[in-house]
Amino acid sequence: MHEMGIAEGILSSSLEAAEGAGAVRITSVFVTIGELTEVSEDALQFAWEAICPGTLAEGSVLDITMVPASSRCADCGHEWVHDRYSGAQCPSCGGWVIMLRQGREMRIDSIDIDEESDA
Amino acid sequence: MKVDIEKRILAVNDELAGSNRELFARHGVFVLDLMASPGAGKTATILATIDALRDRYAIAVIEGDIASKVDAEKVRAHGIPAVQINTGGACHLESAMIRRAVDTLDLDALDLIIIENVGNLVCPSDFDLGETAKVMILSVPEGHDKPYKYPNIFQVSEAVILNKYDTMGVFDFDEEEFREVVKSLNGQVPVFPISATKGDGVSAWAEWLAARIDAAKGEGSE
Repeated sequence: MHEMGIAEGILSSSLEAAEGAGAVRITSVFVTIGELTEVSEDALQFAWEAICPGTLAEGSVLDITMVPASSRCADCGHEWVHDRYSGAQCPSCGGWVIMLRQGREMRIDSIDIDEESDA
Repeated sequence: MKVDIEKRILAVNDELAGSNRELFARHGVFVLDLMASPGAGKTATILATIDALRDRYAIAVIEGDIASKVDAEKVRAHGIPAVQINTGGACHLESAMIRRAVDTLDLDALDLIIIENVGNLVCPSDFDLGETAKVMILSVPEGHDKPYKYPNIFQVSEAVILNKYDTMGVFDFDEEEFREVVKSLNGQVPVFPISATKGDGVSAWAEWLAARIDAAKGEGSE
């Protein structure tokens, strides 16, 4: 259940940004998670609901975008989208030197807030 | 109103991990993050690795557990400095815990720090500690299907140790299938079959590690 620590990371960045923008409430938080991480969407939602009460993010929606992995072959330049088990070897030339381009993200993108005047 | 953040979720952990990594490089210390399930033989593998390398390198160990100090005591009884971290329930180590532990060690006097992560095949794989390399252990009794179930840890590891290899005859472990799945996850990763408590296979693993330690030292002195 490391999602609790991840949820705390999302919350602290969200609160910092919200306070900087003079928010009275955070309505949504947008995050991007790579499919190669061990982050479980359900566990992260559960953790989010557990830690938000009593903060500006109470009642907010955690909007999670899961992104698939993709890689580029260092030998032939082929790029492809893959699951966990088809990313180690280039499907085009058989090369083994592969650069992962995406799939390990754990990123907070943005938040939607209500400002004083909206409230 | 929309407010852009564009920040890594674990930014606080990752920044401190980066600072740890610089600190280790500056002192020429190789830091190994060793990950495995509870009972896979992390401590036994550490003791066997110490025996294989202690004549060549000055070693210290950081022990991560939810509670207790039994592992640190085992390492100290082996004549090696050990720092125990108790995570108090957390399922993995984070970079701040490593920094506090490292601050109690004399880095200039060390070549190798082995971090024994909390027994867990899931969570430790997502956290950068600032280590030089992550390595994992799977033990034969856990079964050859584990790379299917816990793929990330196999992908972030730079070597895979297959421990309790001497029990292969007792368990239904398909080594060929295991190696194939590991290769599909992490093409070039070496697999070292060992029996940590008996010493079989330990020298091949220890020599791989020694080569990595020497390479890191070379980079640090440039």
